[in-house]
Amino acid sequence: MDQAAIRVEGLVKRFGDVVALDGVDFDVPTGSVFGLLGPNGAGKTTAVRILSTILVPDGGRAEVLGHDVVHDPDGVRCRIGLAGQYAAVDPNLTGRENLRLTGRLAQLSGVEAGTRAAELLRRFDLIDAADRPVRTYSGGMRRRLDVAAALVHRPPVVFLDEPTTGLDLPSRNELWRMIRELVQSGSTVLLTTQYLEEADRLADRVAVVDGGHVIANDTPATLKSRLGSTVIEMGLGDEGRASRAQELLSRSLSVRPERDGSAVRLTSEDGARILIDALRILDAESLTPASLSVRQPSLDDVFLALTGHRAEGTDAAPAPEGAAGRRGTRSRGAS
Amino acid sequence: MSATATTAERADAARARKALIRPIRDGLLVAGRNLIAYRRVPQLLVFSTIQPVIFVLLFRYVFGGAVRVPGVRYVDFLMPGIFVQTTVFGAIGTAVGLATDLKSGLLERFRSLPMARSAVLSGRTVADLARNIFVAALMAAVGFAVGFRVHTNVMAFLFGMVLVLLFGYAMSWIFATVGLAVGDPETAQAAAFPVMAPLVFASSAFVPVDTMPHWLRVFASHQPVSVTASAVRALVLGGPTTSYVLQSIVWSAGILVVFAPIAVRRYRKTV
Repeated sequence: MDQAAIRVEGLVKRFGDVVALDGVDFDVPTGSVFGLLGPNGAGKTTAVRILSTILVPDGGRAEVLGHDVVHDPDGVRCRIGLAGQYAAVDPNLTGRENLRLTGRLAQLSGVEAGTRAAELLRRFDLIDAADRPVRTYSGGMRRRLDVAAALVHRPPVVFLDEPTTGLDLPSRNELWRMIRELVQSGSTVLLTTQYLEEADRLADRVAVVDGGHVIANDTPATLKSRLGSTVIEMGLGDEGRASRAQELLSRSLSVRPERDGSAVRLTSEDGARILIDALRILDAESLTPASLSVRQPSLDDVFLALTGHRAEGTDAAPAPEGAAGRRGTRSRGAS
Repeated sequence: MSATATTAERADAARARKALIRPIRDGLLVAGRNLIAYRRVPQLLVFSTIQPVIFVLLFRYVFGGAVRVPGVRYVDFLMPGIFVQTTVFGAIGTAVGLATDLKSGLLERFRSLPMARSAVLSGRTVADLARNIFVAALMAAVGFAVGFRVHTNVMAFLFGMVLVLLFGYAMSWIFATVGLAVGDPETAQAAAFPVMAPLVFASSAFVPVDTMPHWLRVFASHQPVSVTASAVRALVLGGPTTSYVLQSIVWSAGILVVFAPIAVRRYRKTV
């Protein structure tokens, strides 16, 4: 199991003037789940499209189970399954027909594809809707079918590109459960996500990407321990008060406060203790916060901690026109 | 892991063995998928056949009376033109279908599968050919109902229909390129009209070209819609056929030779 299922070295991809990937490296060990975490436009989808032979890189190399994506694309295609963030299923076909078609185009025989379709419909809880056209499905059902379609030919490597973006919470939990089951069956999974929680729940290892670079590559636990498990954010009303609060707190507290405009942020493993101390210190100086929030670290916090700037365009940023930006996920430089 | 490894190995073996038949097999699979859409969404077919039926009635009963074609009943002149016009308009469906698949992300999935690279385009155009056969048969029935008669023999008529379908198939490849280039079904529909209108109306499909101004007549007598309509007319009404039939075949073959590689190149670069 020490052989890398996916190997990416110095990968570069440009769309006109926009550099989507600027020398990306990572390895994914066989049988593990690897998360690519980053905001829209970070280059996650571009990396997945190169690995699934849809795009050709401008530089660097990428291999899936020893097959080069440029020199042996068909060898790669036999070994991968892809589920994109836009459910790529045919709305006019039934769920079963979609899976059968995908299976047969992945070179299964008609019988194999039929058996496999029935099996996956059951596993993804779509058996009751199996013979209805997909256009009658809910968003969550479509997404499940899309993931199922990626698995029809039992690919040893599976790419899931933002599998739960836009899903409501129950559908998201359901899909997470299914992805975990998939991993237990021994597949290697490369998952892209904007949600730290998703990477945390599913991935063995996470690469944080920003601006076409990998800026961190570690286990979720280590990434989070750099941050602390609790984020306390205090709004001080104006920047002057905020910098005074930052100075005071940095003198007396064991954690380093960060200032972001008129807000001060503390991240710690021991949230309650720090919160009590911080409020006591500020109260003594008549610096009572105007607003206060206590929460789990988000992708934004990881970014701030790793890059010193906020994640840009976390919500669908406008994409440049044409092939380069059709999916709207690699619009670096738009913001 | 052993099960997954064998699947991949089997797929490797399959692609080596089936290198020759894979494009045909995969193309037919995609064509079958496209034809299901016509069955599931019959509106697609109904609206694309209502329009030519209206054209037949309009030209036969409204405009037809004012058109004089020496030596021929207008309905016999009209129907060969209608056959060509119908299949040419049908090619817009190729553009719209491909643009829809491109926009929905389905082509992206297809490109990640170990299927023949040509299958998306061949499957699309073959499905549209099948649809054209159905529509052409329907238009022939409508034509016979409003008084159209074949003056030669059945074989000549069927050969004429083959010319029409071949031309429609060639046009599908032009519109495959258009659909992939614009990447959006509504735009594909809109982009098709400026190409269609001069081809279909500045032609001998509905009226003889003799009354057109000289510059237009030169275009109208040599463009593919006119020569195909003239070839079918010669075949069903009698008279010298060779020149028009050859011209029509040359046009269809020429369009295929030029546009099939362009469409394939476009497909490889798109997504």
